[in-house]
Amino acid sequence: MGQLTTRERDVAAAILIVLAIIGIAMAVAGRADPLGVHGAIVLLYSMALMYLIMSTSFGPAPDPSRISRYYDDPIKVGVWFTLFWAIFGMFIGVWAAAQLAWPSLNFDTAWASFGRIRPAHTTGVIFGFGGNALIATSFHVVQRTSRARLADQVSPWFVLFGYNLFCILAVTGYFMGVTQSKEYAEAEWYADLWLVIVWVTYFVLYIRTLARRREPHIYVANWYYMAFIVVVAILHIVNNLTVPVSLGHAKSYTIWAGVQDSMVQWWYGHNAVAFFLTAGFLAMLYYYLPKRAERPIFSYRLSILSFWGITFFYMWAGSHHLHYTALPHWVQNLGMTFSVMLLVPSWASAGNALLTLNGAWHKVRDDATLRFIMMAAFFYGLSTFEGSFLAVRPVNSLSHYTDWTVGHVHAGALGWVALITYGSLYTLVPAIWKRERMYSAALVEVHFWLAFAGTLIYVFAMWNSGVIQGLMWRTYTEEGTLSYSFVDSLVAMYPYYIARAFGGLLFLIGAVVATYNIWMTVRGAPVVSGERHDDLPLAAPVPEGAATSPAE
Amino acid sequence: MRELLHRKLERTAIGFVLAIIVAASVGGIVEIAPLFTIDETVEEAEDMRLYTPLELAGRNIYIREGCYACHSQMIRTLRDEVERYGPFSLAVESKYDHPMLWGSKRTGPDLARVGGKYSDFWHVAHLTNPRDVVPESNMPAYAWLARTPLRLDDLGSHLQAQRSVGVPYTDEMIENAARDAFGQAVPDSEQASGVTERYGEETQVSAFDGVTTRVTEMDALVAYLQVLGRLTKAAYQNTAAPEQPPNPND
Repeated sequence: MGQLTTRERDVAAAILIVLAIIGIAMAVAGRADPLGVHGAIVLLYSMALMYLIMSTSFGPAPDPSRISRYYDDPIKVGVWFTLFWAIFGMFIGVWAAAQLAWPSLNFDTAWASFGRIRPAHTTGVIFGFGGNALIATSFHVVQRTSRARLADQVSPWFVLFGYNLFCILAVTGYFMGVTQSKEYAEAEWYADLWLVIVWVTYFVLYIRTLARRREPHIYVANWYYMAFIVVVAILHIVNNLTVPVSLGHAKSYTIWAGVQDSMVQWWYGHNAVAFFLTAGFLAMLYYYLPKRAERPIFSYRLSILSFWGITFFYMWAGSHHLHYTALPHWVQNLGMTFSVMLLVPSWASAGNALLTLNGAWHKVRDDATLRFIMMAAFFYGLSTFEGSFLAVRPVNSLSHYTDWTVGHVHAGALGWVALITYGSLYTLVPAIWKRERMYSAALVEVHFWLAFAGTLIYVFAMWNSGVIQGLMWRTYTEEGTLSYSFVDSLVAMYPYYIARAFGGLLFLIGAVVATYNIWMTVRGAPVVSGERHDDLPLAAPVPEGAATSPAE
Repeated sequence: MRELLHRKLERTAIGFVLAIIVAASVGGIVEIAPLFTIDETVEEAEDMRLYTPLELAGRNIYIREGCYACHSQMIRTLRDEVERYGPFSLAVESKYDHPMLWGSKRTGPDLARVGGKYSDFWHVAHLTNPRDVVPESNMPAYAWLARTPLRLDDLGSHLQAQRSVGVPYTDEMIENAARDAFGQAVPDSEQASGVTERYGEETQVSAFDGVTTRVTEMDALVAYLQVLGRLTKAAYQNTAAPEQPPNPND
């Protein structure tokens, strides 16, 4: 925060005072309700930030030449948030997985029972880990590809800390039993309202920064970040329209009911996958892959095809979560059809990424960071194929409600989202901290194999358990009666639940290794001497083929 | 030509954002809006009942504890599901469900028609420690529900909020919410008779957790589990092979 001027500090302090007052109001209105606890958390959070602002306010005035450089301070904090939420979310995930194998691991406490920690895991990894990674990298990519500094110095901090307040309210809420029960949108009404404010600020900041660009064209990565920001806002608002029981209650009731609610929820749920976990991370792929491989994106036309295909088709696909249910058939049919068609833009992206590596495969062999990115593109292709396959109604009749879905999600979440994130972080960290390289290339290698092995064990365990479960539920005896009771199928799951927990543990250890490596890089890796040419927004004229290779 | 157009689009951030909004809106509008206008989407069911305040409180506990993460409430139109769980679920059965709890995963069995299949006593024993009645189970124990008194004083505002999102609770129901919740769990009390008056003769009035001196969260959750699949008989009339709904008094 050393670059903040006195006036900017005043603005930040004013925002924090308003936030503190909101916290007090929530605490008073909520009293014994969990809303009261959340009021106290909001108050403490704003006071802690106020302390941070105040404690550095008497330092020297910021260097006026900062305006000609990129604004990387919020990105650095975003990287730490990303690493923290990764370990938190994955730890809760391993714990939840272990509880399915050994149910007494909740120690007979309410807050740690499976139903409460499961959303803490999903929110922790999707919104905590994934969301912070998206915000941090988007700040990096939009500046570099536009050759422009972030539009102002307060709103990036507001977006970052505001977003993390949302994550904290969501996760602490689940431990207290505060949930809307809508999957991946469990946070209650007040946290949702707060996220809308944060998100609008994020959108305005992003557009204002793009408006300052010195490149005539907006680079592909920014298309995806824009789609991510805009569409997530639409999804979030529509799915979270609720009426609170009172202003003193954390609890609210959604305005949607029954069959319409199911469609709205899975329109949201599937497109949270599309625009949070796909579009945003494809943006990372389109910047960090060509940077790391030092090769331009294979095809500009393929990029256009896959971008608009994903933006248009995905929004139709949500109803494949509701095959054979009380949702009308025509909606199920549309969902299935568009899910199958989605394979075209999805594989166009994955193919575009892998073909970009043509001519650089020796780098994939030698550079574990590039291997993270390559393997992410591979898993992206794998899980999008699997997704289209599982959306076909007869296949879905077997796979739905089973662990196969869980395996599919984790092929995407671990194999695609987490690998591309770590590949991007290993590229981003030395760049913004001005280090020559990561502290230890060997530890990156170790992390790669831990993550890869963990993902494979996890996914194979869940594929097996899911298919077995689905088959046992529909197996008939020769007399025409069901062969297995439900409990029979549960007993068959235990070995796989243990294997899954082990796979997840390997992945978690990898995340700890990554955090250590990044910590040591920031502390001690050799510093780049002098100003690098890509640190100055005004450097270097527009290179040829600017549309396929990210500008500096 | 198309490439040229796109080249132009890439030069304007606002234009690009508008294009994204247009492209991304079509699917949702086409698939969601008609669900409100096509009459066949939700069947008619004259006998459809509302959740009593106690059942609604139980439903909120079901949500709070994340039961939906492992239990679906949606029987699909597949032979093995109908034979295992009962007639397939109809849209009308969740028409007052804000939110729906169809679920997406069956780590445990489907619960759409669990109401009346087991006794209250079985449910209490099972929730207190699942492994006492199902040794292979991996479900968490919820023993503390029986020790936690149910909050009754704000049930009126819960019903009020439900009414504002479209559930037809009457003024009388809202006014008597706390009394009815107490009465449903304490059959011998004077409040008990009002419950069936307001919510229908089919409503189960019972000392769900076996203790009649106070109303606990266990009472509420068991009352909710016992009403699952029994708010209307519509599903039993629509199946090819008619089947009787479970009756615990048999």
